[in-house]
Amino acid sequence: MHRTGELFGQFQTLEQQKETATLGMWVFLVTEILFFGGLFLTYSINRHAYPTAFGIGGNMLDLNLGFGNTIVLIASSFTMAMSVWSAQTSHKKLVPLFLIATLALGSVFLGIKVVEYKQKFDHHLIPGHSFDITYCSNNPAACGLSGKALEDEKKEIEEGIQAEKANPNDPDANGIVALNAHAQLYFSLYFGMTGLHALHMIIGAGLLLWLIFEARKGRFDANYNTPVDNIGLYWHFVDIVWIFLFPLLYLINRHLA
Amino acid sequence: MATTELHVPSGEKMPREHYLNATYGIRSWLLTTDHKRIAILYLISVTFFFFVGGLFASLIRIHLLTPGGYLVTPETYNKLFTMHGVAMIFFFLIPSIPAVLGNFVIPIMIGAKDLAFPKINLLSWYIYLVGGAFVLYSFATGGLDTGWTFYTPLSSIYSNSAVTPAVIGIFINGFSSILTGLNFIVTVHTMRAPGMTWMRLPLFVWAHYATSIIFVLGTPVIAITLLLAGLERMFHLGFFNPAYGGDPILFQHLFWFYSHPAVYIMILPAMGVISEIIPTFARKPIFGYDFIAASSIGIAVIGFIVWAHHMFLTGQSTYSAVAFSFLTFLVAVPSAVKVFNWTSTLYKGSIAFDTPMLYGLGFIGLFTIGGLTGLFLACLGLDIHLHDTYFVVAHFHYIMVGGAIMGYLGGIHYWWPKITGRLYPEFLARIAAIVLFIGFNLTFFPQFILGYLGMPRRYHDYPPEYQVLNVMSTAGASILALGYLLPMIYLTWSMRYGKVAGKNPWPATGLEWTTDSPPLTENFVETPVVDWEVYDFEHRPELGLHGAIAKKPLPAHGDD
Amino acid sequence: MAEHSAEHIVSPKTYAAVLTALLIGTALTVYAAKVDLGRFNIVLALTIATIKMTLVILFFMHGKYSPRRTQLVIVAGFFWLAIMLGLTLQDYSTRHAEPSRSQLNELPSSLLRRS
Repeated sequence: MHRTGELFGQFQTLEQQKETATLGMWVFLVTEILFFGGLFLTYSINRHAYPTAFGIGGNMLDLNLGFGNTIVLIASSFTMAMSVWSAQTSHKKLVPLFLIATLALGSVFLGIKVVEYKQKFDHHLIPGHSFDITYCSNNPAACGLSGKALEDEKKEIEEGIQAEKANPNDPDANGIVALNAHAQLYFSLYFGMTGLHALHMIIGAGLLLWLIFEARKGRFDANYNTPVDNIGLYWHFVDIVWIFLFPLLYLINRHLA
Repeated sequence: MATTELHVPSGEKMPREHYLNATYGIRSWLLTTDHKRIAILYLISVTFFFFVGGLFASLIRIHLLTPGGYLVTPETYNKLFTMHGVAMIFFFLIPSIPAVLGNFVIPIMIGAKDLAFPKINLLSWYIYLVGGAFVLYSFATGGLDTGWTFYTPLSSIYSNSAVTPAVIGIFINGFSSILTGLNFIVTVHTMRAPGMTWMRLPLFVWAHYATSIIFVLGTPVIAITLLLAGLERMFHLGFFNPAYGGDPILFQHLFWFYSHPAVYIMILPAMGVISEIIPTFARKPIFGYDFIAASSIGIAVIGFIVWAHHMFLTGQSTYSAVAFSFLTFLVAVPSAVKVFNWTSTLYKGSIAFDTPMLYGLGFIGLFTIGGLTGLFLACLGLDIHLHDTYFVVAHFHYIMVGGAIMGYLGGIHYWWPKITGRLYPEFLARIAAIVLFIGFNLTFFPQFILGYLGMPRRYHDYPPEYQVLNVMSTAGASILALGYLLPMIYLTWSMRYGKVAGKNPWPATGLEWTTDSPPLTENFVETPVVDWEVYDFEHRPELGLHGAIAKKPLPAHGDD
Repeated sequence: MAEHSAEHIVSPKTYAAVLTALLIGTALTVYAAKVDLGRFNIVLALTIATIKMTLVILFFMHGKYSPRRTQLVIVAGFFWLAIMLGLTLQDYSTRHAEPSRSQLNELPSSLLRRS
């Protein structure tokens, strides 16, 4: 088993080895662009078809938590970049510290996601038999809805029902049934996209953990920092996905809520 | 018929140490990171799936001997053609040339000791096996009846067959492809020996580079698509279900975004094989090297913008159909460029009809027919009549069997001496190639006629007036099967009893032919420095060719 | 190759500047979402997101200082995504609504007749 920093057998030079690893990570990230891309395409087509239902669904997400998470993740990208800088400038002690900060921020992100998911579960917004877009407006106490927020939501849903009934392709639709179905599409995509994103973050967290162990042994410096660099690339990519998920999922019709 | 004067010095012995005997034991194989051993592991696995797919094909053809469909029930028939497609496409055709021949030969061709990521190479093979296991489980527990295209909402809601494990298996297998493609791309960029510039790369490498672009950019999309369809099936979500506001056409767009480029994954490597075989057996440099290299990339790129020609009749907008029809005509151009260049290579060449060349020539003819009939289908008006008929079936089998599989077999025979150190029996091999060619045409040409006459595909039954052509097709299939069995027998035989091949039996000009047969584990004792142009038969007197002249040494170019 | 022996090290100052820009961008996008700009909302949101992404790629991921080859790989990835989104959306956006039964009945019968 090779220690990190040594030349693997198929390479001629350490430089070739580093070049190869970095190119490999970039090519892998390109596959991820297309992987998430399929989900973004599905999202686009469905949002184009059901803008009202998507707007209603989007407004049921907690904007503060979403905004908070975005800040957290951007900050973690910063700490990750600083960790790479530390390695490149041989500040060996700083490397694990910035990595730990990155991991901590990432964990906060995941924690908030858990809170959000639990909220959706409580509000009957998990796609499936118990999905009910009107649960909160009918049971405001259970959802912590009151006053203007409750009124806005009721108004939105009523408008949504009218929009479904007036759908030229299906004029006899039972408005609420159609609205529920289309809102469920939104939430399926919400869970699919944020779930896949969260899975990538969990994998990233695992990679960070390994990196921290290695960094604490002082393995990374100006001569050798390829793993920090490449795992950093992966982490930034996951950040970029969220940079798009946030406005697409959370900021659809916020002027109505 | 002319033969090569095989350059096998008499009394040649096998090299004492090579990759096959370097280490012993099952662990040394199952934990190997040697690209050559991994290629052999793949060879065994893809052959296994070829048998699986072939079994289903045989049952289909036997069932179709008679109208009325007496062999199996309609539901079972649906399962037969589905499982035939899934096994052949995902587990044989897509991995075959890249994972077997590509893995074995590419590092040696570029002067490297191994691929860029040898452990990931091994991982690819294990992922392939896991994916295959899921699919076999699906086959064994109820089968699959959705068509290999998994159209929704049949696959995601209404089918009663074992869709979920199959979809999981193909999803997993996708990562095997992605990692192989990633490995090849990075290898070609960073692992070339000094002097091996891009324009000195063998066309087999160009072909695999182009294929790898498709692996990397296309496969993730089918992965996410099948994931969505699987989730829809498991949790009753509605992405592709009209009852919930979902859109089946969206599934088709997503599915074909990968699956059309996938057909180029299946043919580009075979074209790469042909580009190696033709110069060697015409004893001439390839005509138009730059254009063949560029056309490989061209096929990979244009292949990504034609997918909805599979959807002309399913509900896309007319405008979109016209756009895709036009683009589909465009994609034929780079393929035609290759055919013209191969043919021009043959002109005034010193042609030998060894087995690889027979497969190569067969490829050119059959691929041309298959490709031209693709243009029939690209034509919107014609497609209305031909869509979902046997014309389509014949079209893609001409390309995938007459093209890809003949390319695969040609490559297997061409590099067999390098892989095993031994020659296969030439006379028997030629007989097998001819048997295969005859069997193939007898199987699939009648299907063009059947399609033109209107026989639909994926139907278990047909009107009695189609029977004669169906019987011809089945008869052809049995001859085709013989054509496949013969190589399996004599190639296996040759591993023990074949004549020792020596380094360069044909002879050919690539770097791989400068190594021992079989090669050392690390391929080269010293990293080679390349200072000759590719396919340069004229200036290589050391190959012992009549008329070759010594060259002035050219300065080695830098890399990249 | 000389590129990595003279590896460009991005300074913490640059990173901090990018961080600030990203945070401002995030606040901006939330603020803009609360204003009704009609169809422009989504355009603005995606534009801001794209700018943020570009900053992350150029600086955090060292895209600006990477070899040409890496930059080509990045561009290729987005180009292909654009193909997938663009060509699919051109299908959906060029479709016309299904004519209703009554609309079909009004068409001249010669257009309905199939050969």
